[in-house]
Amino acid sequence: MCGTCGCGSEENGAKILAPAIGKETHGHDHGHHHHDHEHSHDHHHGHHHHHHDHDHDHHHKTVLEVERDILQQNEIMAARNRGYFDAKGIFALNLVSSPGSGKTSLLERTLKDMKDKISFYVIEGDQQTLNDANRIAALDVPVLQINTGKGCHLESDMVHDAVKQLNIANDSVLMIENVGNLVCPSMFNLGEHKRVVIVSTTEGDDKPIKYPDMFHTSDICIINKIDLAPYLDTNIEELKKNARQVNPSLVFFEVSATKGTGMEQWYEWLETNAKLVPEDH
Amino acid sequence: MHELSVAMGIVKIAEDETKKAKAKKVTLIELEIGKLAGVEFESLDFVWPAAVKNTVLESAERKIDVKEGLGQCADCDTVFEIEHFYDSCPNCGSSFKGIIQGKELRVKALEVV
Repeated sequence: MCGTCGCGSEENGAKILAPAIGKETHGHDHGHHHHDHEHSHDHHHGHHHHHHDHDHDHHHKTVLEVERDILQQNEIMAARNRGYFDAKGIFALNLVSSPGSGKTSLLERTLKDMKDKISFYVIEGDQQTLNDANRIAALDVPVLQINTGKGCHLESDMVHDAVKQLNIANDSVLMIENVGNLVCPSMFNLGEHKRVVIVSTTEGDDKPIKYPDMFHTSDICIINKIDLAPYLDTNIEELKKNARQVNPSLVFFEVSATKGTGMEQWYEWLETNAKLVPEDH
Repeated sequence: MHELSVAMGIVKIAEDETKKAKAKKVTLIELEIGKLAGVEFESLDFVWPAAVKNTVLESAERKIDVKEGLGQCADCDTVFEIEHFYDSCPNCGSSFKGIIQGKELRVKALEVV
């Protein structure tokens, strides 16, 4: 069974697709599909004590002190990704948020405004469709779409496969747009340098304490749709206070991706930090 | 439902270790899961039978050692219990803290035959 989506076959697992054409470039090869069930260890004990009439267990129980992290596989592949990024001077960002917070709009705006200054590559994660990849491809930025099927988050091996195909130039910025979900992606390190959580004013100011895990593991918090704040009950200062309570080290940017408000500070941060790879992250 | 990924990670470790020990199957698995690890225990129970089917864990008993969340205040060094990531230091009220326990997500031991 596939651990990404729980499907019985590989058909519904994660797929990596090129934009527009929608041709599958590479099936997500789940190494864990191939469980080896051939345990050839035979327990033939030559001393069957037939005179015992009680149930006597002849199997020797052995206790293995394993002490292994459950997400070890994901962490190992994330470390490989990170090593690759560092070696090539690629600044990798993992963009996470609830669905509809404006991740893709923010990304589109950023690419449009900054693509002459920065060489961008994008990996789009969604359960279904090529819609987001097509939006990015329209800006002439290299992009691959990962469709996770029923999966609710990206894992580091999916990113590894996509990165291999993207053939990223040195000193670029890689934007990984995770599946819209404020819960599951928080547990899965993709090898990124910085995790960027995007929250929009329409979601309410208590989002950070309702979904603390994601805010706890993020480095940057972009508050989007600030142009709508006057029409809502959301208090941006309250939102920031709640987020800081979960993670006092969060760095904030307040923007409107559609209107372009506040984007300059974000771009400045992006340019400065992209140059620091691999030393300071 | 990332608990399925977690369960599949557990299965992978159990399969690896059982094979290494040249054993047949697991009779008991001991896990260590922290309350701040992001795992919903009910969800894990729900996906468990499907995840372990046809694996060495199929008939294994499962024991979970649940670790409470513990933080240490970065300002006054007080060690305190954490239920949520947003809990502040009960001594000085600071939100700056290190998590010292509660993020565990580990296979501790396997009993194999």
